[in-house]
Amino acid sequence: MGEFTMPSLGADMDEGTLVEWLVAEGGEVARGDVVAVVETAKSTIEVECFESGTITELLVEPGTTVPVGTPLAVIGPTASRGRAPSAAPAPVLTGPALTTPLVRHQAAEEGVDLQAVHGSGMGGRITREDVSRAAHPAPARITASPLARRLAESLGVDLASVKGTGSRGAIKADDVRAAAGAAGEGPAPAAPAERAAPAGPPPPPAGTRAAPPPGDRLAIARLMTRAKREIPHYYLSTVIDLASALEWMRTENGARQVADRLVPAALLLKAVALAAREVPELNGHWSDDRFVPATGVRLGTAVSLRGGGLVAPALADADRMPLPELMATLKDLVARARHGRLRASETADPTLTVTNLGDQGVETVFGVIYPPQVAMVGLGRVTDRPVAVDGMLAVHPTVTATLSADHRASDGADGSRFLTALDRLLQHPEDL
Amino acid sequence: MNARRPAEGAETPRSTYREALREGLREALRGDERVFLMGEDVGRYGGCFGVSLGLLEEFGPDRIRDTPLSESAFVGAGIGAALGGLRPVVEIMTVNFSLLALDQVLNNAATLLHMSGGQLNVPVVIRMTTGAGRQLGAQHSHSLEGWYAHIPGIRVLTPATVDDARHMLAAALDDPDPVVLFEHGSLYNEEGALDTAIRSVSLDSAAVRRAGTDVSVITYGGSLPKALAAAEELAGDGIDAEVVDLRSLRPLDDATVTESVARTHRAVIVDEGWRSGSISGEISARITEQSFYDLDAPVQRVCSQEVPIPYARQLEEAALPQPASIVAAVRQAVA
Repeated sequence: MGEFTMPSLGADMDEGTLVEWLVAEGGEVARGDVVAVVETAKSTIEVECFESGTITELLVEPGTTVPVGTPLAVIGPTASRGRAPSAAPAPVLTGPALTTPLVRHQAAEEGVDLQAVHGSGMGGRITREDVSRAAHPAPARITASPLARRLAESLGVDLASVKGTGSRGAIKADDVRAAAGAAGEGPAPAAPAERAAPAGPPPPPAGTRAAPPPGDRLAIARLMTRAKREIPHYYLSTVIDLASALEWMRTENGARQVADRLVPAALLLKAVALAAREVPELNGHWSDDRFVPATGVRLGTAVSLRGGGLVAPALADADRMPLPELMATLKDLVARARHGRLRASETADPTLTVTNLGDQGVETVFGVIYPPQVAMVGLGRVTDRPVAVDGMLAVHPTVTATLSADHRASDGADGSRFLTALDRLLQHPEDL
Repeated sequence: MNARRPAEGAETPRSTYREALREGLREALRGDERVFLMGEDVGRYGGCFGVSLGLLEEFGPDRIRDTPLSESAFVGAGIGAALGGLRPVVEIMTVNFSLLALDQVLNNAATLLHMSGGQLNVPVVIRMTTGAGRQLGAQHSHSLEGWYAHIPGIRVLTPATVDDARHMLAAALDDPDPVVLFEHGSLYNEEGALDTAIRSVSLDSAAVRRAGTDVSVITYGGSLPKALAAAEELAGDGIDAEVVDLRSLRPLDDATVTESVARTHRAVIVDEGWRSGSISGEISARITEQSFYDLDAPVQRVCSQEVPIPYARQLEEAALPQPASIVAAVRQAVA
C-alpha cells in the first residue's frame, strides 16, 4: 500500500495543481508510468509514479491545488480478486453494448468506443444521439464572474483549469488570483499589460495543453525578480571561432541520414556541459548561504514557447551523453516542451542553464540566472566575422558566448576558465 | 404628535429628523418672502407628522396655509403659484395620496418647461411622506418614490439623515425646476448629531455613509439605518460593507456607485419599493451596464414583498427589508 504524492518539480515549487488524471480508480500502474498531469507555476508536466500496483483511490479532484507532498492517490497491491473495500467500484460494462447495427456503423465511422458511451435509449440502448454526443462533446460553459474573466485574461490564466468556489461553483476573482500563482500577493498587480494575450485563443485539442501554461508570466516575473534581487551577477563574454567545429560537423553530417544530422546547438551544448565539468564552481546550486556543487551536469535548455513564456527542461548527464544521443534528446525535449508535455524528471533542477537566442538573430545575450543555479551561459547567433588567423585576415563563422555567473559562488577567474575551456573544446569537435 | 420644539436660539448639537425638517422650513420662510407652505393640516394641526408644528403661529395664515382634501387642486395651485413667481412648498400627507395629484406633477410641473419652449420654469417643491413601518395600513405605507424617479423634468430627493433633512429644502428651493422630496415616515423620530459646520448640501451626489471594501450596499431614505445596522452586524463577522446613500433618485449619481463597486466588486441594493419595475431594478441595470467587468458576484436586491403592506405588525415587518434580510443578501453576494 503506497501513496502517490504531489511531487516537487523544482526547487521553488511548493504547490501544484492536479490538472488531469491519466489513470482511473481500479486501474493498474507500473513504476514509471505517467499517471497524472500536474501544473506548476512554470509549466504543465506529466508525472510518473514510483510504485507498481492498483490505484485504489484518487484523493484529489482535477483542478485542485495542493502543497508538495500531499497524497494524490492511494496505490494498493495489484488486485487479483476483490477490491480494496474503500475503493468505490467503477461501473463495469459486461458484454457488448446494447445497440443497433446502424449505430455500430456510425460509431465505427466517428471513432467512438461504444463501451464508453452511456446509452440513453430504452433499456440502456445506445442511440445515434448518444454516439454523436460522444464524438462531439459540447465544451462545458465555464461559470465565472465578469471580474474573474477580466482578471484571467490579464493574468493569462486559463479559466478551464481554475476551480470555482463561488455559488453554483462560479469562478470568482480570488480563485483566479490563487490560480495565477498563489503566494497571496494581496491584490492583483495593476494590469500586467505587456502580456496582451490575443483575445480568446482557440481551446487546444484534447490531449494537449495550451502554451503558455496559466500563471507562467507571473511565475517568470517572480523568479526573475528574485534572481536580480538576490544574485550578484557578473558577466563575461568571448567570441569563439567555430570554423573547425562546423567543418567537422559538415563532414560528419555527410555520413548521416537527414533525420540524424547534427545542428550547431548540439555541439555547443555538449561543449558547455564538458566545460561545466571542468569548472565545477559554475555547476550546482546556491542554497542556505553556500554553494553546493552538483555531481553531474544537468543542462537546462531555455526553450521559448510559441505563445510567449519559456521553460527550461534539463538534459540529464549532458556531459556524458554521446553527441548523437544528445541531439535526439534535444529534439524530443524541445518538441514536447512546446506542447506542454514535459515529464517531471525533465524539469527537476538543472545545474546550469544555457540560453540560445541565436535563432532569434541576436549576437549577444547576457542571461538572468535561474535561482538556485549559479550561472547562465548565453549563446548568440552563429555569424561570419573577420578574424585574424596566423597574422592573416580571414572570415570565419563565430559565436559570442557569454557567462552570467553568481559572484557568491564563483569569481571572475572561474568564469574566465569556463569560457576559455568552452573555446578550447569547440576547437576539437571530434572529442565532443 | 410628540414633536418637541428646539430650544429658542440655541444651536442644538442633536436633532430629530422632524426638527431638522422644521428648521429647514423655518429658515426658508425667514429668508425668502416668496416661500410659503401649503397642504392638508399643515397649519392649525401642525402637520400630519408634526413637521410644521408652530410655524402657523410664527409666520401667519398667509404663509402657512391649510388646504382642502384635494391633492390635485392644491398641487395644481402650487404649480400656478410657482409659475406666478412664488416659491411654494406643497406638503402631501403620504405618497399614496399623491397619486391623485400625479396628473399635475407629470403633465404640468414636469412638462411645462418643455411645452413652453423653455419659457416656463416651475420652481415648486413638493414634500411628502413615504414608506411603511408604523402600522398605518396599505393605503398609507407604500414606497412609490421609484415611480416619480421615472419622470424626466423633476428632481427626486430622499433625505435620510438629519443633515440632509435640515439642508435639502433650501437647495430644492434654489432649483428653478420642480423638486419632489420624500420623507420616510419611520425617520421622523430618528435622532442624530446635526453638523453645525454644514451650511448647504449638494443635491447631485450620493454619499458614502460607511466606507468598506467587501460589498457595496446601495440604498436611500428609510432603508439607510437598516443598511447601516446590517453593516455593523456584518463587521462582526469580518465582512466590511460600504454603505452608499443615494440621496437623489433622479438624477442618480452613477459615478459614486460605479466607484464604490469598482472597489468592492459586489453590490446589494436595498429598496423599500416593490422589486418588479423598481428603482432598485434601474440601479442594478446601471451597475451591469457600467460596472460589468468589475463585478465578482451577481447584483443582489433586497426589496419589499410584492403585497400591499400589511397592517399587522409581524406581517408588516416580514414584508419590509430588514437588517437580517440585508445581512443575508450580503452573505450571498460575498459567498
